[in-house]
Amino acid sequence: MTAEDVLVCGAGITSFARTEESGRQLAVRAVRDALADAGLPWARVRAAYGGSDAAGNADTLVAELGLTGIPFTNVRNGCATGGSALVSAVDAIRSGAADVALAVGFDKHPRGAFDPRPADWGLDEAYGRDGLMVTTQFFAMKIQRYMHDYGISPRTLALVAEKAYANGVLNPHAWRRKPLDATEILASGMVNDPLTRYMFCSPGQGAVALVLCSRAVARRLGGTAVALRAAVVRTRRFGSFEVFSPWAPSGTPTSVTADAAQLAFEAAGLGPGDIDVCQLQDTESGAEVMHMAECGFCAHGDQESLIPFGATGIGGSLPVNTDGGCIANGEPIGASGLRQVHEIVQQLRGRAGERQVPGGPATGFTHVYGAPGVSACTVLTR
Amino acid sequence: MEGALSAVPSETGGRLRGSRCADCAVAAYPADPACPRCGGPAEPVALSGTGTLWTWTVQRYAPKSPPYVPPAAGFAPFTVGYVELAEGVRVLAVLDIRPEDAEIGMPLTITAGDGVPRATGAVV
Repeated sequence: MTAEDVLVCGAGITSFARTEESGRQLAVRAVRDALADAGLPWARVRAAYGGSDAAGNADTLVAELGLTGIPFTNVRNGCATGGSALVSAVDAIRSGAADVALAVGFDKHPRGAFDPRPADWGLDEAYGRDGLMVTTQFFAMKIQRYMHDYGISPRTLALVAEKAYANGVLNPHAWRRKPLDATEILASGMVNDPLTRYMFCSPGQGAVALVLCSRAVARRLGGTAVALRAAVVRTRRFGSFEVFSPWAPSGTPTSVTADAAQLAFEAAGLGPGDIDVCQLQDTESGAEVMHMAECGFCAHGDQESLIPFGATGIGGSLPVNTDGGCIANGEPIGASGLRQVHEIVQQLRGRAGERQVPGGPATGFTHVYGAPGVSACTVLTR
Repeated sequence: MEGALSAVPSETGGRLRGSRCADCAVAAYPADPACPRCGGPAEPVALSGTGTLWTWTVQRYAPKSPPYVPPAAGFAPFTVGYVELAEGVRVLAVLDIRPEDAEIGMPLTITAGDGVPRATGAVV
C-alpha cells in the first residue's frame, strides 16, 4: 500500500503581540482563518489534534467550532506540542483514516513565565535553591563552548538578533516590530555571558492552525497546496547536552536536532542543500547559530563567514527565520512550532508580503528544539 | 528522591559521590543505581577531586524565588560551569572564581558540600 501524499491546504495565524484575548479565543480564530484559507467548512474536518502548554485543552474548542463528533486529540508535549500534533494529523491522512485533518497549537504565558520545580525534573532541591535551575544559563553555556570550539564572535550573535527584529518589522503578526541594531543588542545588558537581553526571546502568546488534506481533496479545492514531505519528532539520545543537567558525559555531544533533521531529510528524499528557506529554533541568538550546523545547512564554524555577510537574511543564500523567529515573535510554547510551518507555507505560496523571499522559493524546512531534549522537523515543497 | 545529591563529605573526603556502570563503564553524577546509557546496574564511586572547566557563564540577575534562596548578604552575580573529570563526566557546579578569571580549560578543584557541587581554582 502506498501512503497518501499529505498537503497543507489551509493556514491560519493570529498576531503574536500581547492582547487581552485568552489562548482558546486565539485558537478558535486561527482555526477559522485556516478553514477559510482552505475553503472548507469545519464539518469537513475528519480528525483534529492540538494543544497548548499553559492555555487549556484543545479538544474543548469544539464548543465554539461546532459539535461534529470528530475525534479531537489533546497533545501536551512541551516545545514539541505543535510538532507532535502535526505528526498525528499527517499520519491520519497518510493512513487514509481521514482526508482532511486539523493541527492547532496555541498558548498564552504571563510575563516571566516558566517556573521549573526541581522535583518535576528529578533533581535535588539544591539545584533550585542554589540558583542552577535557570534555562538561560544552559543556553549561555552551550553557545559559550561552541564559540570557543568554532570561533564564533559575540558580534555574530548580535547580528542574528538584529536580523530577527528587522524581519519582525516586515511581519504584521510579529510581536517585536521595532528594529534594533547589533550595537544596541550588544549593549542591552548581559543576562548570562555571552548572551545579552535582546538576544533572547520571551514567553508570549499566539495561535496557529493548519488544515491538512489528501491529494484528491487538494485537487478538488484547486489553489496552491503545499506538500508536507516529512514531519519528524525525536527525543534525545545518550550523550546529549541539555537544560537542567547536573552532569553530561564527556566527548562531542550528540544532538537530537541533528537526529530529527537527518530523518526528516531522508523521509523527504531531499538534503539541506535543496532547501530555499528555513525556520530554525532561535530561543536566543546562539541557538540559531548552532542549529544552522546541527541541521546540516553549514559546517560548524562557517556561520562566522555567512551571518555577517547577510547569507541568512531574506535576500541571502539561505534565508533563516524570515518571520522574525522566536526572537521577534516570542515563544508561546504550543504555537511556536506550527508558526514556523505556517511561515514556510506562506513563503512557498508566494504570500509572505514584504518578507517574501525573492525568486519563488520551492522548498522549505522547519526545526523546533526544546527541553528536555526534543526536536521536531518538517520538510515542505511547492 | 531520584537524583538526590546524597553527598556525605566525611565518607568521600569531600569528593563527589557518583556511580559507574559495571557493564559499559559509563560514569554518572549524582550516583544513580541504574546506568543512564544501558540501564544496567551501577556501583557507587568517589569521583576525582580535580578537573578542567568545559564551559561557563555568569548568573547576572537573581534567579526567581522560590526555588532560589539568596545568600544572607543578598544576591551577587556568580559564576557557574561544567567541570570535566577524568571519569568522563562534566559536572555542573557553582564556581567560586571571579567571572573575569573564568577560562575554558582552566584547572579546578571540585568538592561536595551542603548543596550543589562547588569548584574553585586549582593550585598548579
